[in-house]
Amino acid sequence: MTLFDRRDLIRSAALGLPLMMAGGRAFAAPGAANNRLLVVFLRGAYDAANIIVPGGSDFYHEARPTIGLPRPDPANPDAPLALDADWALHPALRESILPLWQARQIAFVPFAGTDDMSRSHFETQDSIELGQNIGGQRNFQSGFMGRLAAVLGADKPISFTDQLPLCFRGGPVVPNIALGNAGSRPSIDARQTELIKAMYRGQHEAGVDLEAAIGQGFAVRDTVFQSIRGEMEAAGRGAITAKGFELSARRIGRLMRDQYNLAFVDVGGWDTHVNQGGAQGNLANRIGELGRALAGFVEAIGPEDWRNTTVVVMSEFGRTFRENGDKGTDHGHGSIYWVLGGSVAGGRMAGPQIKLTPDTLNQGRDLPVLTDYRGLIGGLLARQYGLSARQLGIVFPGAAISDLQLL
Amino acid sequence: MPLLIGAVPAQAGEKEATLAGINRATWGLAEWPIGAPSADRALPPAAQARIDEMRISREGMPQLVMEMDAQNRAANQTPDPTQRQAAKKDWQQAMNALEREAQTRSLLRDLYSPDQMREQMTWFWFNQFNVHGKKRDIRAMVGDYEDVIRARSLGRFRDLLEATLRHPAMLRYLDNDQNAAGHINENYAREIMELHTMGVGSDYSQKDVQELARILTGVGVRLRPDAPRMKPEWQRLYLRNGLFEFNPARHDFGTKHFMGHTIHGSGYAEVEQALDLIADNPATARRLSTRIATYFMGDRPPASVIERMTAAWRQSGGDITTVLNAMTATPAYAASLGHAFKDPVHYVVSAVRYAYGPGRDGHVVTNLDPMINWLKRMGEGLYDHQTPDGYPLGASAWTGPGQMEVRFEIAKAIGNGSAGLLRPRDPAMAYQPSAPDLRNALWSGGMDRATTDQTRAVLNQAASPQEWNMLFLASPDFMRR
Repeated sequence: MTLFDRRDLIRSAALGLPLMMAGGRAFAAPGAANNRLLVVFLRGAYDAANIIVPGGSDFYHEARPTIGLPRPDPANPDAPLALDADWALHPALRESILPLWQARQIAFVPFAGTDDMSRSHFETQDSIELGQNIGGQRNFQSGFMGRLAAVLGADKPISFTDQLPLCFRGGPVVPNIALGNAGSRPSIDARQTELIKAMYRGQHEAGVDLEAAIGQGFAVRDTVFQSIRGEMEAAGRGAITAKGFELSARRIGRLMRDQYNLAFVDVGGWDTHVNQGGAQGNLANRIGELGRALAGFVEAIGPEDWRNTTVVVMSEFGRTFRENGDKGTDHGHGSIYWVLGGSVAGGRMAGPQIKLTPDTLNQGRDLPVLTDYRGLIGGLLARQYGLSARQLGIVFPGAAISDLQLL
Repeated sequence: MPLLIGAVPAQAGEKEATLAGINRATWGLAEWPIGAPSADRALPPAAQARIDEMRISREGMPQLVMEMDAQNRAANQTPDPTQRQAAKKDWQQAMNALEREAQTRSLLRDLYSPDQMREQMTWFWFNQFNVHGKKRDIRAMVGDYEDVIRARSLGRFRDLLEATLRHPAMLRYLDNDQNAAGHINENYAREIMELHTMGVGSDYSQKDVQELARILTGVGVRLRPDAPRMKPEWQRLYLRNGLFEFNPARHDFGTKHFMGHTIHGSGYAEVEQALDLIADNPATARRLSTRIATYFMGDRPPASVIERMTAAWRQSGGDITTVLNAMTATPAYAASLGHAFKDPVHYVVSAVRYAYGPGRDGHVVTNLDPMINWLKRMGEGLYDHQTPDGYPLGASAWTGPGQMEVRFEIAKAIGNGSAGLLRPRDPAMAYQPSAPDLRNALWSGGMDRATTDQTRAVLNQAASPQEWNMLFLASPDFMRR
């Protein structure tokens, strides 16, 4: 069976259409056609400064006597990999992310984040997902990806999470599925599915159209089951097996190639107050897995569709620039965002930067924010989808858009 | 003060309204009629016997943790690599078994305890003071931690707050066991104010977080039975209770400026002072009243209810039963009955209570593993939330398409009896899976009149009793309480 045959099979099964349907994209919105966006949220505020390392800064080495990475040195396997004169990449990303940098398909945006100064994980995650002005009245039923889905019209959103995240509220009904434990054969048959749908006709809960949600749930269940069954067959023929987020990311790649074009996934466990390690250790293991996951995603989506795909990797805030008393880091402010994609103008550190000294730290403690995440993502959306100023104003109301020329 | 189970709306039919009230005050209606909740009525003997035989029941928590620590150290010191690996695996399995015991006990109490309000509030407070079982050695502590919360779940909030602060599970989870003078770790200090009590955006600053972290230096965990050696003048300030210790040698005795007050260095008394200030802050009363109301009444409880509860909190000095009674006495509470969307824990426990709860032909669930796994699959596993914010209370977190679909799969597994909830613990014993009889049990209890015409029309199309069960447990009526 060719690739295209299988795609049609999956799509037809999901839509309940006959298999004779011709190939071609099902995406209808002009702006969204062939364009894909995946947002990866690292929950817990990852320590960006030890991943994309300001290795040229003496102050970095003073501030992190035990967890700091050594200076870039090709002869030292524990040393970060020089990206330019000022910045270097964590060695755990050598095989997965460095090739994307060399291919100019990834850019890092340092000093990025929000103007939320609460330093609370949960408050700041909410701020970011809602994408509304800080200090104003918050509408918890409206997230920026939900509004983006509404602006893009008939695109295909999905959330690869066990709960529907805040960011996807307020637009069309967005299906959600946790891929890690998905894949068992559904037990509810077609007749029972119809009976259940009949019970939910006209039902709403907390502003959610339950009837629509349930219809989406059944459809996604079938799509994902078909896709994972194909993966199991491939694995049986000796294809790569992965686990954890790496497995999920490959599945996301295949599902986005075949079926969905606007997606969100989150990865937890980045809150490193104690013994976070340096070149090796807890954080290094996590970042290594993230790198392999993203490389797996690129491979699974395939070269053709990677050209039209953008991935944004973000986190709620950065951490204290100085290490704390427990060889870890506490809650800070500015972070480093990643933008990768087949058409990304990468291989560079994008956006405004300053030299890191004790005087330039925010409140003497952490990285300042020089690029607002709304301006950053808004500028990216403007280029990727050709959104007008009016449309950007819907997705990120009141935000100043900064065009970092990332596409 | 006795707990009330809630007012009955005058305009509704009395029986349906009372049913709805009981459904709210319990983890899900199972027997009719039900007496007022009382602590002196016991679990069914089969459930109690299951709890009594557990290792977490037979051994005290400090002893258990020290034994497990010794086993872990012995495993690490095994010279032969193969034997070491096997010993490490044994240790992991023993730790997992301890957590599994605590999960099983928790669900048995939810299903069968007559003191249902206490069990609901135990879940609520555990979630409020969340710890994650998988971090470090918390698996060996988490059953005791839940018990400590359970004993205080209807009492004074200030006692509950300090009990969590003095528990090694919390001190491990939020790293305060590593917080010492000159080596400040802010993690726990921040979350006490942000998550456990006042809430972000209330009356504290980053400076207050840093000062509370200094106040909390020296509050930690000690596994060894003996006290650490220290200067004689510090010995009278040293505190020890089980695994909890306050070690003055690790404490910052400098003067702190915390929430507008000057706190002089005095040792653990500083912690008491700080907790008084935090617990008495009006933001704590308001925020926790709001969270309790959301837990019972669903999203966006009316401001009038929050006002009543906050006033009751302030007047009673944070007595949780008084606050609950203030909530159930409001007309808005009565009006909300049957309109709160169940979270996964409520959904699973209430479904199993309908099928195999008290008064159901003497059946007691013998195999809790399917329930434990369902909760994990729906993203609300017991002791499984990684971050200290706890699981979301609002319905909107649990109505996603993926969530609902999993509920229907669970409805089918319970409805047709294939879930294995009654499988004997001895695999040699014969066992014939059979479906529960939900229809007769519910109809005789008067639930037919509490079901909408739309649902009843579908139920009438059920092709078998098993399918009827599945459709009922999948219905929108059953998703709400």
